[in-house]
Amino acid sequence: MTSLLQVSGLRTRFHTPEGIVHAVNGISFHVNEGETVAVVGESGCGKSVSMMSLLGLIPTPPGEIVSGTAVFRGNDLFKKSEKELEDTRGREIAMIFQDPMTSLNPVLTVERQLIESLRVHLGFTKEQAQTRAVELLEQVGIPDAKRRVKDYPHQFSGGMRQRVMIAMSLSCAPSLLIADEPTTALDVTIQAQIVELVTRIRDSLHTAVIWITHDLGVVAGIADRVIVMYAGFIVEEANVDDLYDSPGHPYTVSLLAALPRVDRRRDQRLKSIPGAPPNMLIEPRGCPFAPRCEFALEKCRQKNPLLTQVGPNHTAACWVNPKTGALR
Amino acid sequence: MTAQTTSITQLSADDLTAPPLSLWQLAWLRFRRHKLAVFGCVTLVLLLLYSFGGAFVRTEAYANFNDTSRRLEPPSSEHLFGTDSIGRDILARTIYGGQISLFIGFVAVFIETILGILVGALAGYYGGKLDAFLMRIAEALLSIPTILLLLVMAKFFGGKIPEIHIAGRTFSGSVIVIIAIIGATSWMYLARIVRAEFLSLKENEFILAARATGTSNFQIIFYHILPNTFAPIIVSSTLSVANAILAEAYISFLGLGVQPPTATWGNMLESSAKYLDSAPWLWFFPGMLILLTVLSINFIGDGMRDALDPRSRAI
Amino acid sequence: MFQFILKRLAQGVVLLLIVSITLFLLMMEVGDPIATMGGRTVTRPSDRERLTRQLGLDKPIAVQYLYWLAGNDWTQIDTDGDGIPDKSGTRLGILRGDFGKSLVTKKPVTEMIAERIPNTLILMLASEVVTIFFALIFGIYSALKQYSTLDNILTTLLFVGYSMPIFFISLMSMYLFFILFKKWGLPYLPTVGMFDPEVGKTPLQVLWHMILPVMSLSVIYFAAYSRYIRGTMLEVLSQDYIRTAKSKGLPRRQVVYVHALKNAALPIVTVVGLDLPFLLGGAVVTERIFAWPGMGRLFLDHLSRADVSVVMGSLMLVAGAVVVFQILTDIVYAWLDPRIRYT
Repeated sequence: MTSLLQVSGLRTRFHTPEGIVHAVNGISFHVNEGETVAVVGESGCGKSVSMMSLLGLIPTPPGEIVSGTAVFRGNDLFKKSEKELEDTRGREIAMIFQDPMTSLNPVLTVERQLIESLRVHLGFTKEQAQTRAVELLEQVGIPDAKRRVKDYPHQFSGGMRQRVMIAMSLSCAPSLLIADEPTTALDVTIQAQIVELVTRIRDSLHTAVIWITHDLGVVAGIADRVIVMYAGFIVEEANVDDLYDSPGHPYTVSLLAALPRVDRRRDQRLKSIPGAPPNMLIEPRGCPFAPRCEFALEKCRQKNPLLTQVGPNHTAACWVNPKTGALR
Repeated sequence: MTAQTTSITQLSADDLTAPPLSLWQLAWLRFRRHKLAVFGCVTLVLLLLYSFGGAFVRTEAYANFNDTSRRLEPPSSEHLFGTDSIGRDILARTIYGGQISLFIGFVAVFIETILGILVGALAGYYGGKLDAFLMRIAEALLSIPTILLLLVMAKFFGGKIPEIHIAGRTFSGSVIVIIAIIGATSWMYLARIVRAEFLSLKENEFILAARATGTSNFQIIFYHILPNTFAPIIVSSTLSVANAILAEAYISFLGLGVQPPTATWGNMLESSAKYLDSAPWLWFFPGMLILLTVLSINFIGDGMRDALDPRSRAI
Repeated sequence: MFQFILKRLAQGVVLLLIVSITLFLLMMEVGDPIATMGGRTVTRPSDRERLTRQLGLDKPIAVQYLYWLAGNDWTQIDTDGDGIPDKSGTRLGILRGDFGKSLVTKKPVTEMIAERIPNTLILMLASEVVTIFFALIFGIYSALKQYSTLDNILTTLLFVGYSMPIFFISLMSMYLFFILFKKWGLPYLPTVGMFDPEVGKTPLQVLWHMILPVMSLSVIYFAAYSRYIRGTMLEVLSQDYIRTAKSKGLPRRQVVYVHALKNAALPIVTVVGLDLPFLLGGAVVTERIFAWPGMGRLFLDHLSRADVSVVMGSLMLVAGAVVVFQILTDIVYAWLDPRIRYT
C-alpha cells in the first residue's frame, strides 16, 4: 500500500492574549490510500486543529504552524501557495464538520452550495452541475432530491443537513476525506445512519478517511487504524483490534474503561479519568498525562516519552507497560 | 517561578485547570490589556485634572473678566490660548467650561441610566400592557432625530430655571435644563438593553426559585436580576457619557444650550465660526478638548465592551 | 406578508399619534408666536387678543391639536371675539396633507418643505453614498486583515472620526481647504451656501459647494458605518459555514464576496434602511455652519421664532418616514433572508 498522506513533526500553536496555546506539539502520522484512520481524544486535545492545519484552515493570526511537513501525493501541503491549496481543498481533500446546523451557509440554497465546488474544481457548466447536484443528493439518500435541492439549509433536519454536507464534500470524489466529529451533534439513531453512509461512499469511491472523534465506540465499526491524541501529542497508534485488545498507553486504557459495553458485568462501574486535561498554555515538559496517570513515575515527570514500538504496527508513548505497570 | 517556566509535571491535577477568576477579575485583566482603553483612562484623568485642578490656578472671576481692549488676541505667553471676542482668557474659560461640560456629561448619563434601568426593568419584568406602553414611548422618542428633539426641549424649558448659586459661584439655570433633557432623550437604548436582559433572565431557574420562596417583585428586580445585567449597563453608560458631552456641545453650539456667562466647551464655540480666519484659536482649543474627552471615553467604553463581552469570556 | 404589513402600518399610525401629541404639547411653550406673527409692533392687548384668536391659541389645547390634526373646515370659528362663531374654518389638517401656514413667510408649510427637501437630500444622500462606498471597502478590508498594522492604525483613526464633533471637523476643513489653500495660492473650496450668486445655481456650482459639507458629514458617518461593517464581517467570517466554504477550496474572492458578504449584508442593509429616514431631518449643525439651505436650517430658523406649523411639519415628516422605512426594512430583510417569512 502506498502512503497517501505523510505528516511529520506538525506543530501548531495559537497566540492568545492569555499566552501561547500549544495546540499541536509535533505529531507524525500517515494515511494510506483507501484506509480509514480514526483520531481519538478528549475535546481540546488538538485533533481538529491538526487536521485543519493540514488544509490551511487555521486562522493566522492568531494561529501559527510552527514546523512540520505534510506530504500529500508527493507534495508538501505546507509549501503550497494559497492558490494551490485552494485546488487541493475540496478537490483532493474534503472535510465535513461537527455541526451541520452551522456548517451550511444559511442564505444560499443547497443547490448553490453543491454546484460551487463542481464548477470551480471540475469546470462543470451550470446545467451540468445542477444535474450532478441532484444525483449527489440522491446518492446520500435525500428523498425528493430534485425539489429539495432548491431548499435552504434551515428547511432540512440535522441529519439531512449532515447528508448534504457529505454530498458536498464528496462531489469531486476526493482521495481523502477528513470527517471532524460528524456525528457528535446528532441523535444516536441518526449517528449510525451517517456512519453507514460514509462507509458506503468510502467503499464505492475508494476514499481514504480520517475520522476525528472522541467516541471510541464509533471507531471500532469504521476504522482500520486508530491514533490516540492527548494534549497535542500522539500517545498511541495501532490497528483497531490491537488497540482494543492490548492498549499500550495508560490514557487509552482509561478511555476504554470509560466506554460503556454491553458485555460488561453489572457490578463493574464505568471508570472516569481523574483530573482534567492540561492547561495548553503551559509548554509541557515530561509526559503531559503524568498528573492524571495511575502509573506515573518520577521519570514520567522529567522526560516526555517518544512513540516506541510496542508490537507489530503498534506504537505508544509511555515509559510504562500499562498491563504490568513495569518500565518498558 | 512564573507560570511560563513551571513544568507541567510539577503541578497537581487541580493546578492544571484554568484558575477560577471572577468575572470582574477577568474583565479587569482584559481591560488592562486594551492599550487604547488605558490611554483613554489616562487622558480622561488628565482632562479632569485640567478642568477641576485648573480652578486652583485661575479663578472663575478671571475666566469671566473681559478686557475689551484686548479682544481676539492670538495665543501669547500671557494668554496661552488667546482671548475671545470680548477679551476673555480662553485658557481660563476652557478650564471652567470643562467643569460644566464634564459635569453635564456625567450627571446626564446618571439620569439616563436610572431612567433606562427603571423603564427596561419594569417593561422586561412585568411585560404585557406596561411593556407595550413603555416601549411605544421609547419608539416614539426614537423616531425623531435626537438633536431636533433636544433643540425643541431646550427651547421648551429655556429660561424657565433661574440662576443657581452654589458655593459662591453662579451657574446658569440652563445647565440643569441641558442635563435634564439629555437624560430624558437618551434612555431608550439602555432601556431596550435592560429589557432584553430581563426578558431572558426572568425565566432562569434562580429567579423561579426566588419567586417560589415568596421573594417580593421589588427584591427580585433589584437584588436578583439587576446585578446580572450590570455588564451591558456599564458599557452602554460609559459610551453614553461621550454622547452626552457631544450633545451638550451641539445644542450649545447652536445657541440653545448653556447660556453665558457660564462657559462650556460647546458654547465657547457658538460664535467662533465667524472668526474662522481671524481667530482660529477661538474654536480650536475648545474643539480639541471636546474631541479628546469624547475620544478617551469611547476608548474606555470599547475596552470595557471587550472586557465584559460574554462572548469573549472563554480564554 | 400582506397582513404583516397591515399590522405594522396600524402600529405605525398609533406611534405617530403618540409622537404628534407629545410634540404638540412641547410646542405650546417654545416661544411667542404672536410676536413672530405681528413683529415688534404688537404691544396693545387688543392686538394680541385678536392675533391669539386668529391663530386659534384661545382654544383649549385638545381643540388646537384636533384642528392641527384634522382641520377646522367642518366647524365655525369665532374671529371677532364676541363668542359667536361666525366664520367657517379653512384648515384641512395634517391628515389631509395640510401642514398649515408659516407664521413668518405666510406660505404653506408643505411648499416650504418641498423647497428645502431637495437641498437636504442632495447633501445627505451624497454623504450617505460616499460613506457607504468607502465604509464597505474599508470595513471588509479591515475585517479580512484583522490585526494587521494597517487595520490597527485605521481602527484607531476610526475612533477619532467617531468621536469628532461635526462642527470641529467642519471648521478645521474650512480652515484648511478655504483659508489656508487661498493663502497658499491653491484652488480653494467654497464654504458658504449652495452656489455662487454671481454664477447662479448650476449643477457644477452645487457640486463644488457640496464638497466640504459632504466631506465633514462623511467623516463622522464613515467612522460609525465602517466600525459596524467591520464588526459584522468579523462576526460572519468566524462562522462555521465560512470554514466550510474554504474547505471546499473555493477561491478567496468567492468565500468573501458570496458566502460572507451575503450574510453580512443582512444587518448592514437593516442599519442603512433604518438610518435613511433620518437624513430627511437634515444635518442641523452642518447646514448651519455651511449656510446650506436645507431642512435642518429650516427647522432651526423657525424653531427660534416659535413657528409651530413649520417645526411640527418637519418633525412629523421625519417621524412618518421613520415608520415607513421601518416597514420597508423589514420587507427587504425578509426578502434577503430565506429563514424569515412573515405570516
